[in-house]
Formats: sequence, structure tokens, C-alpha cells
Amino acid sequence: MGIETSSILRNTALVEPVDAILNWCREYSCWPYAFGTACCAIEFMAVAASHYDISRFGAEVIRFSPRQADLLVVSGTISEKMAPILKKIYDQICEPKWVMAHGACACSGGIYDNYCTVQGIDTIIPVDVYVPGCPPTPEAFLDGLIKIQKIIEGESIRDPKYCGE
Amino acid sequence: MANVVVQTLLEKFPESVSPAPDFRDEEAVCVAREGLPEVLRFLYADPDTEYRLLEDICGADYPEREKRFEAVYHLYSVKTARHLRLKVGIGEEDPTLPTATGIWKAADWFEREAFDQYGIRFEGHPNLRRILNHEEFVGHPLRKDYPIKGRQKLTRPSNLGWDERKSAGNGGGSDAEAGQPEQMILNIGPAHPTTHGTLRVLARLEGETILEADPEIGYLHRGFEKTAETLTYQQVIPLTDRLNYVSAMMNNVGYCRAVEKLLGIEVSKRVQYIRVIVSELSRIIDHLVCIAANIVDIGALTPYWYCFRERENVYELLEALCGARMTTSYTRIGGLAHDLPDGWVDKCREYIRERVPRGIEETDTLITKNRIFVDRTMGVGAISGEDALNWGFTGPCLRASGVPFDVRKANPYYDYDKFDFDIPVGSNGDTYDRYLVRMEEMRQSLRIIEQALDGLPEGPISIEDRRISLPEKEAVYTKFGALVQHTKLIVDGILPPEGEIYSVTEAANGVLGFYIVSDGTKRPYRIKVRPPCFAIFQALPQLTEGSMIADLIATVGSLNIIAGELDR
Ligand code: SF4
Repeated sequence: MGIETSSILRNTALVEPVDAILNWCREYSCWPYAFGTACCAIEFMAVAASHYDISRFGAEVIRFSPRQADLLVVSGTISEKMAPILKKIYDQICEPKWVMAHGACACSGGIYDNYCTVQGIDTIIPVDVYVPGCPPTPEAFLDGLIKIQKIIEGESIRDPKYCGE
Repeated sequence: MANVVVQTLLEKFPESVSPAPDFRDEEAVCVAREGLPEVLRFLYADPDTEYRLLEDICGADYPEREKRFEAVYHLYSVKTARHLRLKVGIGEEDPTLPTATGIWKAADWFEREAFDQYGIRFEGHPNLRRILNHEEFVGHPLRKDYPIKGRQKLTRPSNLGWDERKSAGNGGGSDAEAGQPEQMILNIGPAHPTTHGTLRVLARLEGETILEADPEIGYLHRGFEKTAETLTYQQVIPLTDRLNYVSAMMNNVGYCRAVEKLLGIEVSKRVQYIRVIVSELSRIIDHLVCIAANIVDIGALTPYWYCFRERENVYELLEALCGARMTTSYTRIGGLAHDLPDGWVDKCREYIRERVPRGIEETDTLITKNRIFVDRTMGVGAISGEDALNWGFTGPCLRASGVPFDVRKANPYYDYDKFDFDIPVGSNGDTYDRYLVRMEEMRQSLRIIEQALDGLPEGPISIEDRRISLPEKEAVYTKFGALVQHTKLIVDGILPPEGEIYSVTEAANGVLGFYIVSDGTKRPYRIKVRPPCFAIFQALPQLTEGSMIADLIATVGSLNIIAGELDR
């Protein structure tokens, strides 16, 4: 929904029904961008595969183009060499967008604390949900996804990010 | 037999070769820098030895020595099935060495890594620039005086232009043609589906034909080697999980076997058999993931579901053993973390008789004779056996080129010589053969597991040595002696004798080597991992020259490049 429409609607009685419909749509059709770099990405593949089946949560359309995605899933260690690329990918995703730090490395650097590893992606980009584990089990990933859905559920077109503020 | 080569070298090159300290029956010599090219050429060409496989070149730093740096070469002869280590001391004021790229193409990236990490310069190297660290990095992180937390930020996405990439070092081929209008440079990755997140290839194209592909790695460099130097020998085990994380068990086994060699101990037969079983299970997972990912990249999604279903089954088995699916940390130095749980053997037998073969055969039915798959892969990314060896290929990729080299047969460990299994080899060395070899290897692994389960002996699961194995948890809580032993071992660590060893196992991608230098303290002085796919990936320019972009995608997938072990 464009910024202009949001600005028109935000002061009317329509806000609530519009929010409800939009959020419901967004929540169950996340398109993840799998920014997988390491071990956690392999578990992400398991989540996407037959046994855990991410499509039960409406998020099976995995894209590798930031322009086609709204949920950035960062799975794996981010090295200093990779950091500017992650930032660039994040910037290229259109609003509204959400970020999941999947695994200890993405959350905090995990077991790596040395000359080449970034200590958590939140030093580079904002993060909505942190999923702990090394690697997190597929169940934990799905739990994180549900948390993202809850965040989306609580959003409103009144929020600054929808008004271009 | 043992020291024939060493003797020959000492006699033939009395000026430049001197004996290295004898330790654990390994063949090693020290070579003076001046004589190095001659010695290397001799070893490569001498018909008695034929060291055709350069397994590794790495640096080491000894600040207190007169010659501060050391370059360590590990050569292997398929003919005699023996390793040889060459050590070359280099002073700090002039850390240069002649390159070995003229003899083994495999030397290319290994020398770049030694340059990147230690600042050893290889004269005559075609393109000596950083490989694992980013291009703005200053200093050499594995030197002992570089602080482990000396982070350096990269200010822009790594964007060396084609000319900058090619003109580094001495006399690298500059590219007059690159700027020509009908050619273009295409950047693939690191955020691209087929590069699996961390690989990057720059391709110089004419139309859609690749004139030259240039891989860039290091996006998952996590400082394994530096970190390992700050940990005790036991604490390194979890880090090894994260090398080739698709088959973590095999790294656990490879690492522990190396430390056991350093300590001069042998684990019990039961431990050996269990290690064989978990290794072969991991090999199956690794191959399943490789095949699944390769096929997805080519454009077929269905087999992925079948492969991953069986992978989940195997994970169930591994999870029952150690509580984790991927990051297993199951082995211990001198044994295993736990014995097999009740009923595991029967469950494993059921899985490997019914479930896993079902997945393999279904994939086989879907893919092997599939016209599209065959067209996309046959003759794509082919390499001859001789070239493959020269590039340092090992594992399925080498065997697909027709070289029947497998550590399990050539230098059997853990009773591999008692098991009845075959080594599948291909004939064309193309993507299709690599697929076929992996398929067959999974079947052979099933055979090995079956035999190992049948012959599984009883016995202790850790070695009876108070200086190496922790006491039972139960005893730690109830007996004072055990508590003291536990505390002592955790605080003081395992103390191996001074010395250095190189130990290899056959991992899913090929020869996984660990070179460990011990200075007698509880922490390793230096650990170098010889990752199989590091050598393989550097051959990408040759594999893809003249092919299409889509072929590059198929080829990369079939090489099974796992960033964790590639970049460490
Ligand atoms: S959190 Fe653990 S499993 Fe995930 S990328 Fe980091 S080391 Fe690998």
C-alpha cells in the first residue's frame, strides 16, 4: 500500500479494517530472502523441505532477489568481508520488510569472536526476531517465523514506516 | 621402506636437504630455500616416487626462531601411497619463496593463503593477492603477534575490478581485451542462489560464452585456525563441526584421529567401528545434499524432496546419538562422548536397509536417465584425471575423472581394509560422472555400515588413560578421585608431546587433512586444515572455460563446495 494512500486513510475510521485485512495478507504470505551463509542455512533448507514444510506457514516462496522479498532471513556467520553485502541487500529490499537473525552467529557472532567475524548482524542492520541455537532446530525457526507473523499482526498503516516518516 | 625417500633426498641434495626431527614415523625433511625448486621438481618427476598430488602448503610462525616463518608442504604419491612433508624456513626480513605453481597448479590458492595469513611472498606466482581476508585488510592475521580480535572493517562491498584482480602480484596477466565492447564482466554471487550464499564468481563473457571465470572466496572466513590456537585440544572439537557442516561427524573423526596420532594412542575397536558407521552415515547425507542442491540449481525441484526426506531419517539416527542434528561434536580425543543408545543398532539397520536405499533408488529413477538432466550435465565441466590430480582434486571429483584414489583403500584406517566395498570411478570427469560416482558411493557406504554393524565389537568407548579421558559423569558426582581427575583434565587440558603430525581421512569431499604442531602445552601451537574443496574450487576457470553460464551453475553444484571448509 502506497504511502499516499496510507496518509489519506490514517485519519479515518477505515484504519482498523484496512489494517486487519492488510496484516492478514502480509502475515501469511511472507516471501523470505534466504541470506544463508553457513551451517544454519543448511537447517533452513531442511525447514523448506518436505518434513518441516515451511509452506504450512505461507512462507514457501523463497526468493533470491531482494526486490521480490519482504522477510530477510540471515542464516549463518557474517564475516567482515560479507558485511557490506548484507547491508546492501537489506537496503535493496522494499518496505515493509522484516529481518530474522537465524542462529547464534547472526544474533551475536556465536562461537566466533575473532578478527574476521561480525558480532551480530544488529551491528549492521535492524533485526526484528532473534532465533537462538547453533544451529536452531527447524522447530525453533518456525517459532521465529510465527513471532514475525505476530509482529506483522500488530502493525498499522498509522505506523511511521507506512507514512514515509 | 619408511625413509627411502628421505635417504634419497639427503644423498641427492646434501646442500639443501637436512633431516627433520623424527616423530610418529612420518617422513619429513627440512629444505633450504635455495634448493626448493630443484627438490620439488625432482619429487614430482622421479619415477620411483611420483609425488603428483600436492595436498597442502601452509605457513607457520615461530617468532623466537632465527628464521621466523616456515612454509610446510605436504605431498602425496598415489603410486607409493605415502606422504612427505617439506619444511622451509624463511627469515622475516625477506619472506620470499619460489612458487610451486609451475609444477602443481594446486599450489596457486594454497600459496595465496599462506601469503594472506602469514605474509610469505611467493615469487613467480601468477596472481598473489589476498584470498580469505578482504582487500582492505592490513597485516597478516595468523602471525603470532596479530591480536585475535583485531577486526578490520571493509568499507564497501568487495568490488575489485577485473584489472585490479588480475594485475596483483608479479606479472599477472593484465587484460587488454576485458574492456572491449563485445565482452562483459558478469558478477555472480555471493548473494546468488547457486553460489549457496558465500561463493562468488566473476565471469568474463562474450555473449553467453564464458571466456574466463574467476572465483572469489573468503566470505565465510571465520578464523578457525587462529581460534583453535587459543583453545585446548578438546575445545577445538565443536569448531570442527563447523568446517564441513553437512557431514560434521567426519570432521570430528578426522580431527580426533589426528590428535590421537599426536598423542600416540589407538582407540578401541568398538570406537573405531562406531566412527566408521557415523562417518559413512554422514557421507550419505553429504552426497544427498550435494545431489539435491545440484539438481535444484539445474531446475528440478522434485528430487530435492526425496533426498531431504532420507536425510531427515539419517538425522534422526545422529540426533539419538549426540542430541544434535548437525553440530554433532560426538567424538572425543581417545573415544566417543557416549556409547550407542539402546536399540540404536536395530534402528540403524532398519533405516539403512529400508528407508535410505528407498530414497537413493527413487532419486536414481527420477534423475539418472532423465533426458534433460543428462543433456545438462554430460560433458559439462569435464576434467581429465591427470589435470584433476594436478589441481589437487581428491574424493568423488577425482574419482569421477577415473583416478581410483581413496584414502580408505590406499591408506586404510579403522579396519576399512576389512570391509568389502568398491571404489566407484567415472571415465569422463564431467558433472554427470560426478553425480554417478556420488550415487554409487552412497550404496557402497550402506554396504560398509551393514558390515560394521554386524561386526560391531564390545569394548570401552574411551581410552583408559587418566591424562586423556574424562571419568564417567556418574563417578564425578559421587567419588572424590574422579572429581579431581575431571577438574584437572579440564583445567590443565591434554598435554601432548612436542612434535608435529599430519593425518588424513577420507571425508565426503575428499582428503581432509589436519596438520597439528604441538609445543607441549595444552593448546595447539598451529592447526592447519587441509580442506578438500579448497583445492577443487580453484580449478573452476579450467572447468568452465568456453562453456555457458548455465553450465557453470551445473558445474559449481557438482563440485560440492561447502563454504565452511572452503573458507574456514
Ligand atoms: S549459529 Fe552455529 S550452526 Fe549457525 S552458522 Fe553459526 S556456527 Fe553455524
